[in-house]
Amino acid sequence: MAEVEETLKRIQNHKGVIGTMVVNAEGIPIRTTLDNSTTVQYAGLLHQLTMKAKSTVRDIDPQNDLTFLRIRSKKHEVMVAPDTLLGLGLDYGWICAGATCPELCSTLNM
Amino acid sequence: MGPKLKKEKPDSKAKLAKQKVTYEEAVPVSMESVGHPEIFPLVLTTKTQEIFSCRAEEDVTEEHPNKLIKKEDIIQDLRNRAGISDFHPVKKIVMEYPGEELLVVYDKEFKYGQSFYLIGTEEAKESILNPPVEQEDTEEVKESVEEVYVYKPPIPKPWVSLGSEKEIEEESVQESTVRAKYKISRKRRQFGAPIKFGDLNASSVKENYIECTAYVDKNYTIKQLEKDIGIQMIPVLKDEHTQTQWKYPRNAAIQYVPREFSKEERNNLLQSKDLQDFLNSVSLSVEVALQQNEIMNVFIDDWKALAEEETTFGDKTDSHLKEYQSFTDLHNIKEKTITCICWHPTIYGLIAVSIAERLSYEDRVQFSGRLLLQPSLILFWSFSDPIHPQLMLQSPEDIICFQFCPSNPNIIAGGCINGQIVLWDISAYAERIVNIKGSGGASKKAVLKPIFLLEPDSNKESLYVRHAAVSSIEHGHKKIITDIHWLADNFELNRMGYVFENRSGISCQLVTCSIDCTIYFWDIRPTRPPPTPVDKKKEETVEVPHDVPPTFLHLDLTWRPLIKITLAKNGTTLDHCPVKVSLRDDYLHYQAQVLKDNQTLQQKAQIAGEDAYQNLESGLTKILKPMEDYNTKFFVGTEDGEVIYTDWRMERDHDSGRLTSQKPLNRYLVHDGSIHTVQRSPFYNDIVLTIGGWNVAIWKEGVPQGPLLQSSCSSKRYTAGHWSLTRAGVFFVGKEDGYIDIWDLLEKTHEPAQTQNICITSITYITPWMIASKQQFVAIADNYGTLHILEIPWTLSHPSANEVQSVNNYFDREVSHLRYTEKRKEIREKERAEMQLESERKKVKVFQKSREQLEAELKISYEEYLDLEKQILGNLGVVPDTDRIPSSFRDLLL
Repeated sequence: MAEVEETLKRIQNHKGVIGTMVVNAEGIPIRTTLDNSTTVQYAGLLHQLTMKAKSTVRDIDPQNDLTFLRIRSKKHEVMVAPDTLLGLGLDYGWICAGATCPELCSTLNM
Repeated sequence: MGPKLKKEKPDSKAKLAKQKVTYEEAVPVSMESVGHPEIFPLVLTTKTQEIFSCRAEEDVTEEHPNKLIKKEDIIQDLRNRAGISDFHPVKKIVMEYPGEELLVVYDKEFKYGQSFYLIGTEEAKESILNPPVEQEDTEEVKESVEEVYVYKPPIPKPWVSLGSEKEIEEESVQESTVRAKYKISRKRRQFGAPIKFGDLNASSVKENYIECTAYVDKNYTIKQLEKDIGIQMIPVLKDEHTQTQWKYPRNAAIQYVPREFSKEERNNLLQSKDLQDFLNSVSLSVEVALQQNEIMNVFIDDWKALAEEETTFGDKTDSHLKEYQSFTDLHNIKEKTITCICWHPTIYGLIAVSIAERLSYEDRVQFSGRLLLQPSLILFWSFSDPIHPQLMLQSPEDIICFQFCPSNPNIIAGGCINGQIVLWDISAYAERIVNIKGSGGASKKAVLKPIFLLEPDSNKESLYVRHAAVSSIEHGHKKIITDIHWLADNFELNRMGYVFENRSGISCQLVTCSIDCTIYFWDIRPTRPPPTPVDKKKEETVEVPHDVPPTFLHLDLTWRPLIKITLAKNGTTLDHCPVKVSLRDDYLHYQAQVLKDNQTLQQKAQIAGEDAYQNLESGLTKILKPMEDYNTKFFVGTEDGEVIYTDWRMERDHDSGRLTSQKPLNRYLVHDGSIHTVQRSPFYNDIVLTIGGWNVAIWKEGVPQGPLLQSSCSSKRYTAGHWSLTRAGVFFVGKEDGYIDIWDLLEKTHEPAQTQNICITSITYITPWMIASKQQFVAIADNYGTLHILEIPWTLSHPSANEVQSVNNYFDREVSHLRYTEKRKEIREKERAEMQLESERKKVKVFQKSREQLEAELKISYEEYLDLEKQILGNLGVVPDTDRIPSSFRDLLL
């Protein structure tokens, strides 16, 4: 538990990170630093997108797999790390929303 | 009435005549059948007529047909002539007649069959003899009331058969025979008794029934040849119906709620080992990604950064100013020079030029009589018409400088050579100058006409516009006004020079400077105290022409400045003579962004209201908020070449209580001649360019050490200059030989980047202007009165990337350089003082050392030198043998 907390804190305290959330295989958020409505919205939308990306990669090469998904927009960058490396039965998804554009960095004092 | 059935009376009469001997009493024939039972037709022979004096046509006529005959006479006649008497047939009637006289009527028309008829009854006699008067009355009434229709209900008349009942009888079915009636009843004692029913076959007992079998009787074969049929035709009607399915839209909504975990579930999951493993595995890649983002800026638009060298308009190497157009007024300009140029702030292609005589002061005095007849003008040129000026503003004296009002381009203020300020209001001509048609249309005619014979087109006719107001001569400047500026419309000044917020939204104050050592601030709004009666008298004698708009009538000839500032030098009687003034919020700041900030201008106009200049008094009533931290200091360039930095706020002199202007804060003598350009950079609020004499200087406000850049003296005198509007490090300088120097601070700072020849005489004024986003023009005026418009090439007008930043950095470097030099100066001073002391001390010191000591010292130093030499040679690798020590380098050579 403490390890989990520590890892989450470490990621959250990176420069430019707005929020982080941990989501289970069905897209239900487990742990989040954002408010509820935003969390739910992000979880629903990004979960579907991640699944789609994963299936795309698998379709192209069945032995390949999605390791990381980064979505860069004008204002932010969203990073999604699905749980594939260990090949566990249970899938967890990690979504981390970071703002790294310079203007926002200064306003958010990160 | 149906046909009357007449019975033959002559027949009966004939019978009677035959039977007259028999004395049969014939039944008298009356006209009973005709409805007149009392009328008995008679035949009277002529003898009878004579007897009774009722001869036809003599005694009785048609008009008087009635004849009364006595009964006794008739009876007498009957006895006398018995059977042959004419009255024999009516003997009975006569005998039975009650009255004494009988009426015989002459029937000329044989209405009743005979020529005479006898009236049998008294009543009838009476009625005929005396026809009822009522009838006459009613007839008269009827004749008078002919028009009024009197409704008479229909009188039932007896049915007259025309034979139709026969048809009905034929068609109707009637029973021809009488129906037989049979009444069958049981015996009375069997009434109510129980009945026994039994079955009986008809064929078995033959006596109980009689049969009448049908057979075809040949006698009675009747063929029906005619048949009455009734036919009716109707259209065929068909009834059908369908039922449609009604599809109607229905609102359907879905509401959903995201699935969430409860707290306990979450905690469980968080503590599960799977989650920990996952996090451990994933967190590394996430951190790598985050670090990547930190290292480089992921949000750079690569395309934009790639476009450092954009494709330029035209040749990249082409950096000459291209001649676009030049304007010369053939009528008005003879030996005249252009003193000031101003582009029209809003209208494309319109430029105003002020013209003055090209004479020195002595010549002016000599020819002053002739000069009065020459008009002093400001000409408006348009690009589309290079020959005729569009508008000409008249003024009482030559204008040296003028400016369009930034809030309302129809107001122009100009400073004259005699110290007056002139105001024009060209609102009435605003439409004319907006839509200017070219002169090309008229000149395409086949016949070329000389200019003065051309029909004056409404657009080509140049209008002389009289000035709207001039300032007061006693209270204004005493010498020529060298500079005039409108103050920005966001602040205004009061009499002390303190800055207040300007609520009227328009520029209403001016600043002028003159070489009589004064700077005046003026306000175009009417002053609160009404003018004194003395002034009023003067005003009344001046008749204002009717075509002058009344905007500034309150100012005409009575205009006094708001603030008077004198620039006094310390201790000397000669004061500074300012030539140019540069305030903080110069209009250049507006103009540089005029293409973007049209909206703000409109907003300001909205605040000001329509025609704010017509209601100038309304601005006075507002109570204004003072602006505390406004920078009230400004730069002044003088005739001697000094640059002065001073404050316009007035101070109260403690001794006398009057308002005096402040002493200048800083004075710099940098230029060798009169300064003619003091200008703020359009990009930086605090950078000022001063041009005067033979060199150029750039100053930064707040840096009192001196100019940031001071150029070396050039070969020719500088006569005009201006910052570029789009490039932060570029400015144009005009020289007295007609050349233009273009300086680019990013390229070279010790000399101009380019020079170009424009004209043969000296340049008097330079003004660049942004026409379109890609096009920039510069207007250059020369001493002979010609206005040249040149196009600035792309390289000179388009700023390079981060140019503003680079130039700013350059200025910062210069500032720090200045500070450094200042510090170094201090240090140098100190050092110099120390050195002085040292040398003093050294001089005092007595020469103490003896010769031997000197030699010993020399030897020691020589040894040291040899060691050093050996070391160096060893380092160089020249000496292979380290033991052999050459005494000197010369040994090596040997």
